[in-house]
Amino acid sequence: MPASESRLKVKRDGSVIEVQFRDRNILDEANIQQIGEEIKGIIEAETKPKLLINFSDVDHLSSAALGTLITVNNRIRALSGQLRLSNIDPQILQVFVITKLNKIFEIHDNADKARASFK
Amino acid sequence: MTIPANNPSPTPEPARAGGASGERMSGMARPRNKRDEIDAVEQEVLNAVDACGFPPASRFALRVALEEAMVNAFLHGHRGLSEDIAIEVQYTVTPHEVEVRVTDQGPGFDPNAIPDPTMDENLELPSGRGMMLIRAYMTSVEHDMNGRRIIMKYARP
Repeated sequence: MPASESRLKVKRDGSVIEVQFRDRNILDEANIQQIGEEIKGIIEAETKPKLLINFSDVDHLSSAALGTLITVNNRIRALSGQLRLSNIDPQILQVFVITKLNKIFEIHDNADKARASFK
Repeated sequence: MTIPANNPSPTPEPARAGGASGERMSGMARPRNKRDEIDAVEQEVLNAVDACGFPPASRFALRVALEEAMVNAFLHGHRGLSEDIAIEVQYTVTPHEVEVRVTDQGPGFDPNAIPDPTMDENLELPSGRGMMLIRAYMTSVEHDMNGRRIIMKYARP
């Protein structure tokens, strides 16, 4: 798989940018790094980015992927933007709860609710 | 009891015993830091977990622990070492319990020195959650060989 192939599906709805993952398992170190770089490119092209990360079809997520999400969150906050997460599988949601990351991310059941929550 | 496999495999030296549901299944693999080799080990252990009749939640828990333990071994245990140096993964699965031992070839570490990632001041640090997830999902976790080996046990819920 060439490194240049995007690991994300990106769509824009008004001012909200929604990304979904092409991989069901977000575990591979190189892929996670690439995802981080791609999201960084997306948010830094915006002023006050509104980013929705939709986790539908994601089965597994490693702690390295959580680290990248935290970096994305910090970067969006530095740009006075907003980040929402949605469609997280219940087993993966448990990973967020164990690590208490549900306290720093705004998580919604589905993409519609997440989109409606942007200020 | 381990019986060497007859067929060559991309994962060096896999070995297993048992096989049918309800038996004790065990094996050993030496993956290098390559995604296909890490995936192959996870699959081998999870196949044994499935064969011993564990529920899907157990499969998820064990996959999290295996993934984090192997990635930690390469990322931290083998920091500064050649990518071609393999870690060792030994597993035993019975219908009641899973035990996985992951051993790296590095200099070892102090497992008590990992900061708690759930403290408010650490919540936004991007690393440090792997060991925490292992401890949360496994029934017991021990470190041996000066931190080079992690022994994870999971009891059937």
